Amino acid sequence: MVIWPAVAVFVALFAVVTVLGFLGPYWKRGDLDVLHEWALGGRQFGTLVAWFVIGGDLYTAFTYIAVPGFIYGNGAIGFYALPYTALAFPWVFVMAARFWTIAKNRGYITYADFVRDRYDSRSLTLAIAVTGIMATMPYIALQLVGIQVVIKTMGLGGTGIWRDVPLIMAFVILAAYTYRGGLRAPALVAFAKDILIYVTVIVATVVIASKLGGYAHIFAATGTALAARPNPSGLLLQPPAYSEYITLTVGSALAILMYPYYLTGLLSAASAKVIRRNAIALPIYSLLLALLATFGYMAIVAGIHPDTSNETVPQLFLHMFPAWFLGFTLAAIAIGALVPAAIMSIAAANLFTRNIYREFINPACSDRQEATNAKLTSLFVKFGALAFVLSLPMEYAINLQLFAGGWILQTLPTIVFGMYTRFFHRRALIVGWLIGLAIATYMPIHTFRTLGHFSSLYGLHVGSTVVTGFVGLYALGINLAVTTILTLVFDAMRIPRGADRTQPADYIEDTEKPIAA
Amino acid sequence: MQRREPGRADRRWYWLLLTPVVAMLWIPSYNRMEPSIAGVPFFYWYQFLWIALTSLVTFGVYLLAHSGGRD
Repeated sequence: MVIWPAVAVFVALFAVVTVLGFLGPYWKRGDLDVLHEWALGGRQFGTLVAWFVIGGDLYTAFTYIAVPGFIYGNGAIGFYALPYTALAFPWVFVMAARFWTIAKNRGYITYADFVRDRYDSRSLTLAIAVTGIMATMPYIALQLVGIQVVIKTMGLGGTGIWRDVPLIMAFVILAAYTYRGGLRAPALVAFAKDILIYVTVIVATVVIASKLGGYAHIFAATGTALAARPNPSGLLLQPPAYSEYITLTVGSALAILMYPYYLTGLLSAASAKVIRRNAIALPIYSLLLALLATFGYMAIVAGIHPDTSNETVPQLFLHMFPAWFLGFTLAAIAIGALVPAAIMSIAAANLFTRNIYREFINPACSDRQEATNAKLTSLFVKFGALAFVLSLPMEYAINLQLFAGGWILQTLPTIVFGMYTRFFHRRALIVGWLIGLAIATYMPIHTFRTLGHFSSLYGLHVGSTVVTGFVGLYALGINLAVTTILTLVFDAMRIPRGADRTQPADYIEDTEKPIAA
Repeated sequence: MQRREPGRADRRWYWLLLTPVVAMLWIPSYNRMEPSIAGVPFFYWYQFLWIALTSLVTFGVYLLAHSGGRD
């Protein structure tokens, strides 16, 4: 059954956002035939605009539906999204400000640009670029999954070929304004997105909590319900789950900075100072996420029984709100998918254009050719993700994302250590990356074979005990060990290290450079 | 004693950013129900509080390391 008042509100809000998206090219005008103007909005966003862009980039539609869904099914462990903040933003404060400086001084748009100059290795550059694209694609597909869930909740979609028409329309519009405006389009949409999301979460927190008898009752009733399940969990962590909580927290905090789409948002900032100020202000989004996380418990108390965990929040809203406000909240989720999907496609396009097309296919390309290639790639990437989601079951995209976090962490030794030291040998980094990638791929598959489901958690046997933790972090540990040992071996064998094309001055912020006499 | 150039940030203060990290990774210190606030278990409100504290610590480091935020 189609809920028409919800559809009407949804379509109206979507129309407003579409207009904003198409206004992108006219905002803070620049020459969109140059890659850094199209892809990074000209590196000119101040603290406030950057806050909307970076926050809109990090907290996606999938975050909004997956986190409460996970908590609905698993209780306390899902709350690692809270301590994650305490690690992620200090990490951004230090590392992102440093990389911004290097990127500005050297004109970089991707991490692979830096790797190319720093290590003088085309294969390592290619490895970093390909990992970035591989880790970004599943996330674009997940944004589509978010929109699909929303459309299904409104009862839209019908049957046969009509089922996917709303999703395709939304994505064609998104692709068109991203093609035209580059990062300026999602940056403008990010304002609207955040207003919708903040209103949704605050209203839902107040209204649903009071309907369910207040937070005290919600926690008490959830504790009873979780304990009574066939597979019991609870409001607190059991000691064996400590390692899961810690590794998920550390692993996902380290990973955020490595995602190419997150870098795209960061590099749009006008200065390293803007990034530092954002590291202070971005936790505001985490407060929002924390409130949102409790919706998982509200769904338990409200007696919601979703078909899949990702439908937990939309079903809760359906149960609790009048139709018109349901439309508002679902629009918030769907528009929350558009901003990151646009930025992700730009990031993947940058990697392909800069580090594959210009490096291997057309080294003599002009600025204009480079920008055009990126625009076309952004279309290709989006429709690739669309085809993936439409032709394969929803679980595929969700499972693939479990791998993505583990994969992207394997680029950390090359990039983060590379920002501070050239201790690691370029060949050692490649071998370490390859082994890390193999482990991060093998562990979830092994879990699938033994337990019947994919998981980003893996039970590592240490002597007679089993330590369950985040796959990506295990793989990173082995990656770092291999890279360190091989560096010593390759240096002893006197294998050439290649020339470092960066200069010490590239690592120093403009405001800190001594004034030339 | 090395004299700092004018305008150069003092990044030794960055070590303070480990405070929220240690607080949040030390799970036994907060994995309990009491003291609860208005029925919200300690585990939840304490971690929620640390989101705000992380922001405050980072702001403090910003002021100290980057000469009062002037950079």
